[in-house]
Amino acid sequence: SPKKRVTVMLNTVHTQCCLSSLLHQPEQYCYPSIFIYGHRATGKSHVILTLLKELELPHAAVSCVECVSAGLLFEQTLLALFGADSAALLPRLPSLSDFVRVYRQVCAQQPAKQTRYIVLERAELLRDMEANLLPGLLRLQELVDDNVAVILLSEIVWDKFRPNTGCFEPLLLHFPDYTKGKILSLDSNPSYTPELYSSYINILLGVFYSVCRDLRELRHLAALNFSKFCEPLEKGEAKEGNTHKLWRNIEPHLKRAMQTVYLREVSSVQWGQQQMDEKEATALRGLSALAHVELPYYSKFLLIAAYLASYNPARTDRRFFVKHHGKMKKTSFLKKHEKTSNHLLGPKPFPLDRLLAIFYSVVDSRVAPTASVFSQISSLVTLQLLTQVGHDDQLDTPKYKCAVSLDFILAISRCVCVCETKYLFLTFGLWLLT
Amino acid sequence: MNESSGCFVFKPSSKKRKRTVGIDEYFVDGNDDCGNGRERFNICQKLWEKIKMDTEILQDELNEKILESLLDFIKKCTLSFQSRTDDWASRMRASEIPTAALVLGVNVPDHDMTFQSLSDLLKNSVTPFSVSVQAKECTALKNLMQRVLERLMGVGVSVEEDEEDSGIHLPQKRVSCSISVLCQWYKTVTKVGRRTLKLSHYKTCSENGFLQSPPIVVIFKDFEAFNPRVLQDFILICNRYIHELPLIFVFGIATSPSTVQHILPHSVSSLLCIELFQSLSCTQHLATVIDKLILTSQFPFKLTGKVLQVLVSIFLYHDFSVRNFVKGLQLALLEHFHSQPLSVLCCKKQEARHNAQKLSHKDVEMVRQLPSFMRYVETQEPQEQVQLLTSDDHVKEVCQMLLKGLRKYHKNYYPILRCLHSLTASLPKYPLGKQIRELHISCLEKNVWETNEYESAMQLLRLLAKDELVAALRKCADILKPGKTKKMKSALQQLEDYIIRFEQLDGKISLKLYSQCLCTKMLLRSRRTKKMSPFEILRNETLDFIDGLVRSHLTPPELQPLNEVCYYSSSGVLRRHLNATPRTSIQTALSHPFYFLQNENLKTDAGTVSSAAPDICIVYKLHLECGRLINLYDWLEAYATVVSAAEGKDPDAEDYGKVDELKHARFIQSVSELEFLGFVKSTKQKTDHVARLTWGGC
Repeated sequence: SPKKRVTVMLNTVHTQCCLSSLLHQPEQYCYPSIFIYGHRATGKSHVILTLLKELELPHAAVSCVECVSAGLLFEQTLLALFGADSAALLPRLPSLSDFVRVYRQVCAQQPAKQTRYIVLERAELLRDMEANLLPGLLRLQELVDDNVAVILLSEIVWDKFRPNTGCFEPLLLHFPDYTKGKILSLDSNPSYTPELYSSYINILLGVFYSVCRDLRELRHLAALNFSKFCEPLEKGEAKEGNTHKLWRNIEPHLKRAMQTVYLREVSSVQWGQQQMDEKEATALRGLSALAHVELPYYSKFLLIAAYLASYNPARTDRRFFVKHHGKMKKTSFLKKHEKTSNHLLGPKPFPLDRLLAIFYSVVDSRVAPTASVFSQISSLVTLQLLTQVGHDDQLDTPKYKCAVSLDFILAISRCVCVCETKYLFLTFGLWLLT
Repeated sequence: MNESSGCFVFKPSSKKRKRTVGIDEYFVDGNDDCGNGRERFNICQKLWEKIKMDTEILQDELNEKILESLLDFIKKCTLSFQSRTDDWASRMRASEIPTAALVLGVNVPDHDMTFQSLSDLLKNSVTPFSVSVQAKECTALKNLMQRVLERLMGVGVSVEEDEEDSGIHLPQKRVSCSISVLCQWYKTVTKVGRRTLKLSHYKTCSENGFLQSPPIVVIFKDFEAFNPRVLQDFILICNRYIHELPLIFVFGIATSPSTVQHILPHSVSSLLCIELFQSLSCTQHLATVIDKLILTSQFPFKLTGKVLQVLVSIFLYHDFSVRNFVKGLQLALLEHFHSQPLSVLCCKKQEARHNAQKLSHKDVEMVRQLPSFMRYVETQEPQEQVQLLTSDDHVKEVCQMLLKGLRKYHKNYYPILRCLHSLTASLPKYPLGKQIRELHISCLEKNVWETNEYESAMQLLRLLAKDELVAALRKCADILKPGKTKKMKSALQQLEDYIIRFEQLDGKISLKLYSQCLCTKMLLRSRRTKKMSPFEILRNETLDFIDGLVRSHLTPPELQPLNEVCYYSSSGVLRRHLNATPRTSIQTALSHPFYFLQNENLKTDAGTVSSAAPDICIVYKLHLECGRLINLYDWLEAYATVVSAAEGKDPDAEDYGKVDELKHARFIQSVSELEFLGFVKSTKQKTDHVARLTWGGC
C-alpha cells in the first residue's frame, strides 16, 4: 500500500514520528511553518506529497523555480486551495498583503475544517524574491487567521535562510541520506527474485556509491544496466546463484558506465543502443572528446595573448615580449609571492591595451588594427572563451580574463605555430609560470 | 557671404520631387559620360541573382545531411514519447528531455540560415510547434518563458512586471507566464487537432502518427551566450512537465560540445538526454563555395589573384564566415560593374556580341586605352594596327573575336587547373598547395611553370610509381570528360592513349616502387646515367605532355587581351570596405588633416601639423608629446601659443600666447572631442590631469 511505501522511503524512525504527529490530527491547528531539509533525492517531496494525497488533506504544492515572480506563487497557491475564481481576485502585480487580503476573503466563505498545507519546493529561491515574502509565509497562519501550515522543502540548512531582521522560527525536520542498506531494500524487479535484484544493486552500489548518493540517479543507472546484468541468465550461461560469474560480466560494464553515461557524455538512448549491438559501438565518442575548437587565425593568437596576459605578471611582459629588453637581475625577476604557481591562483584580469600589445608581439606578421580584430575580441567573449570583468563601458578601458585551460591553449599554439622555435617560445612562456 | 544669401527655400517642381531614385540611377550618375549604366546594372543584377540562388542551393545541399539526421532524431524522440509504457524500466529511469547538441562552428552569423532551414523542415514534416530563441532576448527566466509561450501560442503573454501596458490587457485576458499554462494550451490544441485531422495541413504526416501529439521543439540558437542560471532554471521547470509535454531541445553550439557541461551542472545536465550532431567545418564549406562560384567558366565575372586573396584572408584570419565571403564577392561584383564602363561586355555570349555592336565612340576609345588591348595591337601587322587605331567598326569586330577567345581561355583554364591540382594534391608537403584555391591564385598571378614549387612538384611526379600515376591520370581524364572545346577533347584523347599504353606495359617489366621522399638530386643523377626502362620513358613523355598542357592553358589572365572587362582587380578598395581600420582613419584625420579636408593650406611636411589646422588636430598633436598623464594647464598654454601663431600675431607682442575666453572654450571643446574619441579620459589620480588611453607618439 502507498502508506507502507512511504514508511519504506522514510529513513529514520524519528522523522516518521514527527511527520505522523504533525499530519494525523488535521482538525487541530498545526504548527505554522515546517522546514524540511535534506540532500537531493532523499524523498522529501515524495514523502510529503504522498502523505498529503493519501490522507486527503487540502494542500497546494508549488515549486519555487517556476515562480518567476511572487504573483505566480500566490496565484498557484490560491488556485490549488480555493479554485480558479479565487485566483482571479488577485490584482495585477499582487503583493503579500494582497495575497493575505484575498486569502482572508475566500477563507471566510470556505472556513477550514482541516489544516490546509502549502508545500513550497526548492524554498531556497524564496530568499531571492521580495524581502518580506519569506518572513510573511513563515507566520502566514497568524496573518490570515486560518488553520494553515506552510511546509518549506530545501536542500540547504535553515541557518542560510534566516533573514537579518529575524523571523518566526519554523519547526526543523531533517531527512538524512539513505544508507546503503536502505537503498538495497527500496526497489525490486517484478520478473526476478528479490535476492537476485538485491545482489545486482549491491554490485551497482559497489561501483557508484562512492560518487553518487542520489537515489534517482542510482535508480536510473540500475534500470539502464539491468538488462546487461540479466544477459547471461537469459542465454543460459549462468544460474541465479552464480553471483561471481554475474559480477564478472557486469563490473567492467558498470565502470564504463560511470565514465560515460553517468557523466552524460553519452546519452542514455545511445547507451541502450550500444548494449544491443555490442561490437561496433565501441567507437561512440563522448561530448568532451570533441573539445577541439576551430578558430580564425587571429582569434587563436588573441586567445594565446589573453592567456599570457592572464597568467603572467604584467612586470614580466617586457622581458618576454620586447626583443632587446636589456638585462634584468635574475633575483628580482620574480617576486617571492609570484613563485607560487599562477595556475593555482586562476586567471587575473588585464586591460585591453595589454592584450593588444602582447598580441602584436606574438603574431608574426604586421597586423593592421582593423575593426575585425576588435570584433573578434567581443566574439571571443560571447563564445565564453574570454570573460569581460566588471562594467561594460567600452570607452572606460574594459578588462578581460582568459577562460580557457592550459591544455586548450597548448593545442591552439601547436597548430598555429608553423615554425618550431616559435612554438617552443610560446610553450616556454607558458610553462615558466606553472 | 554668398552662401548665406543663397539660403532661401528652394522648392523643386513637384514632378521632379516625386521621382524616387532607383538603384540603377547610381550606376548612371556615377559615370554620367557613358550611356550604358543601366545595362551594366541589369547585367550585374542578373548575375547576382544567379550567384545568390546558387549559393542558397549549395547551402541546402551542404546542410542536408546534418538536418536529415537531426530530423530523424526528433522523429524518433516523438515516437518514443507516444509509445511510452509504464513498465518497470521506464518507471525506474529518470525522465530526460531529449536534446540535440548541434555543433555549427564559431561563425555565429552563418548559423541563421541553418536554423531557418531547420525550422522550415520541422514545420513541414514533423511539428507545427517549434520555437527558436536567442540569448539577447532572454536575459532573465521570465523573458525566456515569455518568448517561448508567445511564439508557441501566438498570443501576447504578459509578464507581471511590465506595468505600462496594463490598460491594454484586460484582466480576464491575462495569461500568466508559466509552463502549466502551456500544458493546458497544448492539451486543447492537440484535442482540436485530432478532430480536424483531415482538414489540417499537417495531413502529410498524419499517417506517421505525428499528428496525435506533435513535439514542442525549442531551439536555443546561441547556447554559449545564454545566462547559465536562466538555462538551468528553464530546464528544471521543463523537466517537471516532461510527462505532459513532449519537449525537445536543440542547442546551437559554436565552440565544442563540452560547453554543455561547463554551463550546466551535473544536477541539470542529468535531466537531458544529449545527442551530438556535427556540421561540416567552415573551411570545407568555403572550399565548396569557391569551387562552385569561382572555379567555373559559368560566370563571366572573375576576380584577380589579389582580390581573391583579400577575400580568402578575411575569411581565414578574421571571421570564418562563408556568408561574409559571399557578401564580399557581391561587393566586388557591384564595384566592378559600377567603376568599369566596359563591364557592359562582361556577360553571356549573345548579349556580349550585341553589346559590342552597340559600343559608342567613347567606349571604343576606352577599349583602345586598355593596357591589354594596347599590347594586342602591338603584336599585329602594321596595316592591321592602323585599322585598329582608326576604324571603330573594326575594333568592335575584333572585340567580339577577342571576347570569344577569352571565353575559350576560361573553358580550357579551369579543367586544366583541376587536373594539375588533382595530380599534385597528394604529393608530400603539397608543393603547389593543399587547396585548389592556392594553386588558382598562383596561376592567376604569374606563369606557374616558372616557379620553383612547380618544378619540385614535377620532379616528384616523375618519381611516381605506375599504379599511382595511372590512378592520378584516370582522375584527370574524369575531369576532362565534360569539356566541350576542341582542345580539351584532344587532350582527353591523348591522355586516354597514355593510360592504355601504361596498361600495355604490364607484365613486361618489374616495377620499382620509389618512395616519394627520395627526391634527392643524387637519385636523379644516378638514374640519368642508367638506361631508362620503357616505363620511365613513357612516364616522362606523359609528364611532358601534361607540362605542355599547363604551359598552353594556365597562362595568367593578364596576358589575355580584354581581360579588364571580366576581371575585377582593385583589391585595395575591397580591403578598405571589408576590413576597415577606423582607428587608423581617425589617426590619419587628426595628424594629417589635409588627407581628408584637401585644403591646400593644411599641406605640411610629414610629422608636423600646420597651425591653421582644426583645433582638435592641434590638441591631438600636442597630446602626443605627453606621457600617460597630461597636465591640462600646460596643454592649454601650448595650445594657445600655437593658435596665436596661426592668427599671425607678432611673437614679441604682450598678449602673444595669452589665453582668452574664446581660446579657452575652443580648447575645452577639442579636449572633450578627444575624450569622446577615446584618446583621453578624466582621472582621479592627480588633480587637473587627464589620462592618455593610447600609447606611442613622439
